[in-house]
Amino acid sequence: MPDLLLDVKGLETQFKTPDGIVHAVNGVSFGLKEGETLGVVGESGCGKSVTMLSVLGLIASPPGKIAAGEALFFGQDLLTMPAEKLRQVRGAQIAMIFQDPMTSLNPVLTIGRQLEEPLMIHIGMTKNQARDRAAELLSMVGIPNAKDRLNDYPHQYSGGMRQRVMIAMALSCSPQVLIADEPTTALDVTIQAQIMDLVKRLRNELGMAIIWITHDLGVVAGLAQRVLVMYGGFIIEEASVNDLFANPSHPYTIGLIGSLPRVDGKQQGRLYSIEGQPPVLYQKPQSCPFAPRCKWVMERCWKENPALAPISDEHRVACWVDIKTGRTR
Amino acid sequence: MSDNSDVLLKVVDLKMHFPIYRGVFQRQVGAVHAVDGVSFDVKRGETLGLVGESGCGKSTTGRTILQLYKPTAGEIFFEGTNLVTLKREEMRWMRRQMQMIFQDPYASLNPRMTVAEIVGEPLSVHNVAMGKEIQERVAHLLEIVGLNPSFAGRYPHEFSGGQRQRIGVARALALQPSFIICDEPISALDVSIQAQVVNLLEELQEQFNLTYLFIAHDLSMVRHISKRVAVMYLGVIMELANRDDLYLEPLHPYTQALLSAVPIPDPVADQNRKRVILEGDVPSPVNPPSGCRFRTRCPIADKICAESRPEFREVKAGHFVACHLVS
Repeated sequence: MPDLLLDVKGLETQFKTPDGIVHAVNGVSFGLKEGETLGVVGESGCGKSVTMLSVLGLIASPPGKIAAGEALFFGQDLLTMPAEKLRQVRGAQIAMIFQDPMTSLNPVLTIGRQLEEPLMIHIGMTKNQARDRAAELLSMVGIPNAKDRLNDYPHQYSGGMRQRVMIAMALSCSPQVLIADEPTTALDVTIQAQIMDLVKRLRNELGMAIIWITHDLGVVAGLAQRVLVMYGGFIIEEASVNDLFANPSHPYTIGLIGSLPRVDGKQQGRLYSIEGQPPVLYQKPQSCPFAPRCKWVMERCWKENPALAPISDEHRVACWVDIKTGRTR
Repeated sequence: MSDNSDVLLKVVDLKMHFPIYRGVFQRQVGAVHAVDGVSFDVKRGETLGLVGESGCGKSTTGRTILQLYKPTAGEIFFEGTNLVTLKREEMRWMRRQMQMIFQDPYASLNPRMTVAEIVGEPLSVHNVAMGKEIQERVAHLLEIVGLNPSFAGRYPHEFSGGQRQRIGVARALALQPSFIICDEPISALDVSIQAQVVNLLEELQEQFNLTYLFIAHDLSMVRHISKRVAVMYLGVIMELANRDDLYLEPLHPYTQALLSAVPIPDPVADQNRKRVILEGDVPSPVNPPSGCRFRTRCPIADKICAESRPEFREVKAGHFVACHLVS
């Protein structure tokens, strides 16, 4: 498929720990189309962040190890690319923003200096050009008096403003892909609304593709066009955002959506709750990873792990049971 | 406000200012106005939700009620007794009836104590049980919160986040309190585990007729669990009403903006609603704005908002608002 900007196939990532090898990502395949926003949802430890860090070559090795798979970006495999070349891609063509803007900024360098650096390294601007562009970027992400504020240090910015700086930095080299890992999780709701609004505006202006990793289904509903749901290191459901919420088909997705109370109050009574805990995978599971918590579990689920299979044009599910009819697929 | 018979806790004009000291002589140069004059009642058997963004003073309010901080001003009546004037020993006695569940189940349990010791400690500290009786009570408490009593000998690190929060709940229940302050009890937990803990809290409330002050920033969960809700901003309660009144017809511009900022897990409903996006950040509580605290970000602020602080008044039955511009 030539229209895929990023094409990840069969990715497997493992971590060596004192208790054994943790199989964090177990054969994940997905594509990213040009200009689309892909939401990746799941709970802590489901492998959503590790997947993206693996693609960017940001997994420390050891203890991490990419055991299998490829990640094609414009036809080139990022996983086998030499470090030097990968560094040119990272930051310039694929940019990333993280959850905690305070730890991702260097506290002893001014905001201006940190914004100029990628411009000088990746685009080869002179100091003065970079300075002007940095001011432009800051005002683009909605920081008033941008020129003066370049001389400030990160601690002089609030949490929301720091995340704006991170976004400005990520966008400074006009990347084709922006990977955002829970960028609004540490922020208050009114600030989260500001940042989501900003990202939507920039997406329309600049047209980059976005991978937005989050545990918040509400954020995904407001931002993404297509969604991957992850559990136990697998993608267990993939659908367009409208289809996913109107027609969730994996028992885990159904449970997750059902367990959320809504601020617009369309739910009453006890919350639906998924019993038990998410798994820690010391072995690559041979059965369905969700089987121990699943209400619809049957014998086959313990013997074979279902692969992601289409149930309609753009909707894929990894489950042996068709929840609506109660029959097996 | 209302008849006093069913009021368990009454907070009157509570203020908690934390002094800031500077310089060689450690002179006081200012104060963080964390809580700056809040008044509310909590009725017996209800859940009052206290919501607001980080730094609005909601947790400080909870801690001050339990006298973990000595309030700067104001009164706190629990079952008619003013907690502020109580002596240490008297307050200790009162604490048997009022307990707290904390946000971080990792930090609020002593890693060197077994579950039995953690849950049994309140019993021995307050001399309500001894020896074998403690063990029996602990086993019973663990069962109530849905943990296997045979886990009593284990240490906190052997449990998951949701299970640890259950241990925290068991500890809070040990002295059979009538009032529990839940300070962000679920915000550190995963979504699928949050529902488990909230359902447990609701079941326990029915079983033991508990009264909750539920402090949280998650407006959706607060709507689910609360009977009435108070919205705080920069140390002040902006609006207080019955749950449905507040969520369906918010009167204060801050409440309106806050509610519209919460993402809804439904793409169709999300597209069709009106959003108010507030500009700027919350001002510093060291130097709060004059008049109305919210005026610097308020979309409808007027001249009067800078001049005088709006009174917290009842505009409809049981619906309180602090805004000059709400009629």
